[in-house]
Amino acid sequence: MNWLVQVVEVTGFALQTLLTRKGASAATVIGIAGVVAVLVGVLSIGQGFRKAMTVSATPDSVIVLRSGADSEMMSGLSRDETRVIADAPGVARGASGAAVSAELFVVIDLPKRSTGTDANVPLRGVEAGAFEVRRNLEIVQGRNFEPGKNEVIVGAGAAVEFAGLDLGKTLRVGQNDWLVVGIFTAEGGIAESEIWTDAGVLQPAYRREDSFQVVYARLTSPEAFDAFKDALTTDPRVNVKVLRQTDYYADQSSTVYNMITGLGTLIASLMGLGALFGALNTMYTAVSSRTREIATLRALGFRASPVVFSVMIESMVLAFLGGGIGSAGAYFAFDGFRAATMNWQSFSQVAFAFEVSPSLLLQGMLYAAGIGLVGGLFPAIRAARLPISVALREL
Amino acid sequence: MSNDVLVHVRNVEKRFRRGSEDIHVLSGLSLEVPRGEFLALMGPSGSGKTTLLNLIGGLDRPTGGSVEIEGERIDGFSDRKLAAWRARHVGLVFQMYNLLPVLTAERNVDLPLLLTHLSRQERRRHVEAALAVVGLSHRARHFPRQMSGGEQQRVGIARAIVTDPTLLLCDEPTGDLDRKAGDEILDLLQVLNREQGKTIVMVTHDPHASARASRTVHLNKGQLSTEAVP
Ligand SMILES: Nc1ncnc2c1ncn2[C@@H]1O[C@H](COP(=O)(O)OP(=O)(O)O)[C@@H](O)[C@H]1O
Ligand SMILES: [Mg+2]
Repeated sequence: MNWLVQVVEVTGFALQTLLTRKGASAATVIGIAGVVAVLVGVLSIGQGFRKAMTVSATPDSVIVLRSGADSEMMSGLSRDETRVIADAPGVARGASGAAVSAELFVVIDLPKRSTGTDANVPLRGVEAGAFEVRRNLEIVQGRNFEPGKNEVIVGAGAAVEFAGLDLGKTLRVGQNDWLVVGIFTAEGGIAESEIWTDAGVLQPAYRREDSFQVVYARLTSPEAFDAFKDALTTDPRVNVKVLRQTDYYADQSSTVYNMITGLGTLIASLMGLGALFGALNTMYTAVSSRTREIATLRALGFRASPVVFSVMIESMVLAFLGGGIGSAGAYFAFDGFRAATMNWQSFSQVAFAFEVSPSLLLQGMLYAAGIGLVGGLFPAIRAARLPISVALREL
Repeated sequence: MSNDVLVHVRNVEKRFRRGSEDIHVLSGLSLEVPRGEFLALMGPSGSGKTTLLNLIGGLDRPTGGSVEIEGERIDGFSDRKLAAWRARHVGLVFQMYNLLPVLTAERNVDLPLLLTHLSRQERRRHVEAALAVVGLSHRARHFPRQMSGGEQQRVGIARAIVTDPTLLLCDEPTGDLDRKAGDEILDLLQVLNREQGKTIVMVTHDPHASARASRTVHLNKGQLSTEAVP
């Protein structure tokens, strides 16, 4: 009978034997499940953070900073410069005017609801065009702020995260009082972590005279980017750099994303090493407890490679069980879990939800499979290499 | 007639390396087993009986000399070829039965047939016949742990004969059994030898067992003799 039949038969016995060693098998499965859960859990933080940072960025939107500035914080633009930018070719027009908004960006301290400790929240001054640029923005409670008044609207993420950001409450920051008149969402995007007001009110409140930090614009199409950028970078009246919003946010989230992902990978690697030894141990025990059985099969004429295969499959079955349980556990425990963290690149808190994406689940399963593969390989090779005459002598 | 010699072991030598030490277990040993013989192989513990049986059964290769079975030199076969050869030509009976605990008696007996091209029905018929020969048809669905030692060994014998091999190799088949169960096994081997013409080589410690054989040889210090060395 052919090789495949031998594999199927030998694997069948092995899996039946597996059930007779429930304790050790369960320990391995749980060990691998734990590692995968932690890996997927930690990576879901990075994933969720990046998603929050990039979800609302559209490819036809641009951000214009002073040349040499890496973030809104560092940038500065005069009123004249923002006018030149607003007149550049390719800016889209919406129902209420041009889709362009000169904005300024200050950071205020507010206590977190959870811990009571202060953390940074961006307070953004925007022009009317801001709502034409970010069309996914939606007022879900209350109303929009009125131009010229000390009114703010609060992102849904910030409203949950920080104390005092409730509809109708007045927020005192320094010398200024701000009335919360609305709560908005932005499809889970970064804007949800911010507080918005009229740029014309924010400028005097923070003694910014007539200056801004950044211009947001939406272009007629993603292809209009090059012409828009070229027009501004060659214009002697302004000294700016032009970025696609998608690139800007990806870059802004890279430090935190890389750190979380790096940390997650490190933790998972260390734990994975432990799980690997657990799997190796289980499989060595599984194989050595069956040394004579395997030798008997080989003595009867079964070939060595089906034995190797069956041990590998056995180990992979344990690994996939562990991986499945770990992934499912991570999904139910972490997916959608809301949190906020500091984005060091903008010195402000970003509210986001852990994101256990299908690709992360796949990563978790692959990791488990790797542990199973290595954990089974050495015992399998040992089982196949051991001469039959020697193996038959073992008890 | 010389072409009726089934097993022809010529001048075999078997050395094992243990660390820096060379252990000579068999040194220039020769043995002929005629077709249809029931040969008992005796000798003190550690004298190399199992080693010799492994060479005849293609479970191991000699470090010198040749092993010829039915006119075929098996000592030069590759592992893969040896495995296929064993499946076709030899039935093995072990002292500890070596049954797979997770399989019923009939599935244990079915194992060697998985390596053949027989259909499921043909396999079933062979398994039933083999279990009938050893008198265990009624225990077909039982697991090894539900059977006595003697019954387990009879399942082991059924497994060894299910492919109808010419050569039956038994390594201390009664070594783990009481006298009564051992006698039943020896009866069975004698029947297989006399009525089905199986050639049997049986390693044993027990003079009571060797008395059932048609010939007895003694292994001592790597050599064979017809007389036990005191
Ligand atoms: N694979 C091996 N490696 C080293 N020594 C071995 C090996 N197999 C058998 N021996 C040694 O060869 C000798 C004969 O063993 P064996 O054939 O099992 O004896 P018997 O079956 O007569 O009791 C013993 O000294 C044993 O320790
Ligand atoms: Mg022995």
